[in-house]
Amino acid sequence: MDIMETLNREQRRENLPDFAPGDTVRVTLRIVEGSHERLQNFEGPVIAREGKGLSETFTVRKVSFGVGVERTFPLHSPRIEKIEVVRRGKVRRAKLFYLRQRSGKAARIKERS
Amino acid sequence: MRKGILGEKLGMMQLFTETGEAKAVTVVQAGPCVVVSVKTPEKDGYKAVQLGFQPMPEKRATKPYAGQFKKIGIAPQRFLREVRDMDIEAYQPGQEIRVGDLFTAGERVDVIGTSKGKGFQGVIKRFHGRRGPMSHGSMYHRRPGSMGATGPNRVLKGKPLPGHMGAQRVTVQNLEVVRVDADRNLLFIAGGLPGPQKGLLLIQNAVKSAASAKGGV
Repeated sequence: MDIMETLNREQRRENLPDFAPGDTVRVTLRIVEGSHERLQNFEGPVIAREGKGLSETFTVRKVSFGVGVERTFPLHSPRIEKIEVVRRGKVRRAKLFYLRQRSGKAARIKERS
Repeated sequence: MRKGILGEKLGMMQLFTETGEAKAVTVVQAGPCVVVSVKTPEKDGYKAVQLGFQPMPEKRATKPYAGQFKKIGIAPQRFLREVRDMDIEAYQPGQEIRVGDLFTAGERVDVIGTSKGKGFQGVIKRFHGRRGPMSHGSMYHRRPGSMGATGPNRVLKGKPLPGHMGAQRVTVQNLEVVRVDADRNLLFIAGGLPGPQKGLLLIQNAVKSAASAKGGV
């Protein structure tokens, strides 16, 4: 194999769950505050996955105290403790940016069976 | 003391630091290099170590070129470059140099390469000139503009004009070595490096790093 591809693969995380835009995920992050470390969750629907290989990222949106918050995580980041799929959603496009314009009932995503 | 090694640019990728930040790095196949000759002040008037990189088949080398390698008993090398002011006592012709022995992660390096050729380019791309209006009857779009004042009665030297761009020797100073892979002879250097993939690079310890400012080279 090409050496760049080999290096790229070595850095990747294994056992990542299979998830796609529309799925609701709970991302557990390792947060370092001074000397001690704690875990923080960020839960919401995945609205985009971008890139490929080691530099792939995904974006999670949640509404927190009435304010929309979006965070983009590198998929292979060592700061991510784990990713859990909470719910599978049925959507018809790869980028769910239309959710930004919607709130409440209109921002629901149908469940995929 | 200077230290240097030859390498081939392989491409760019990301590395995650211990704090989890993604860092853009260029991967370099650095060496193994072989010392082809050592230049001494007595014989050559200056101090340098001549490095060879990438062995090539015997039959590809011309006879005069192959001769210098035959003398020290190594395969002909595709590239030869000199590194000035390397520790000439420490190296003998025929000796192999590996990255693992030269550089460690966290060190600062200067990288010399040949930039990508851009061909004959206008002033806008070559010197970041501005263009004229594209419409409103303007017929002055991407041209170089004024040639300067009328006083000197000539165009001053160094006036930015169209011409050949790129394919030049470029030095990028003070880049961080993020990781050294001694087994595979790889260097991971933060940021971009001059030239195309597979281009030849010369990696030396940084001239202007904080360490060199304190007195050490």
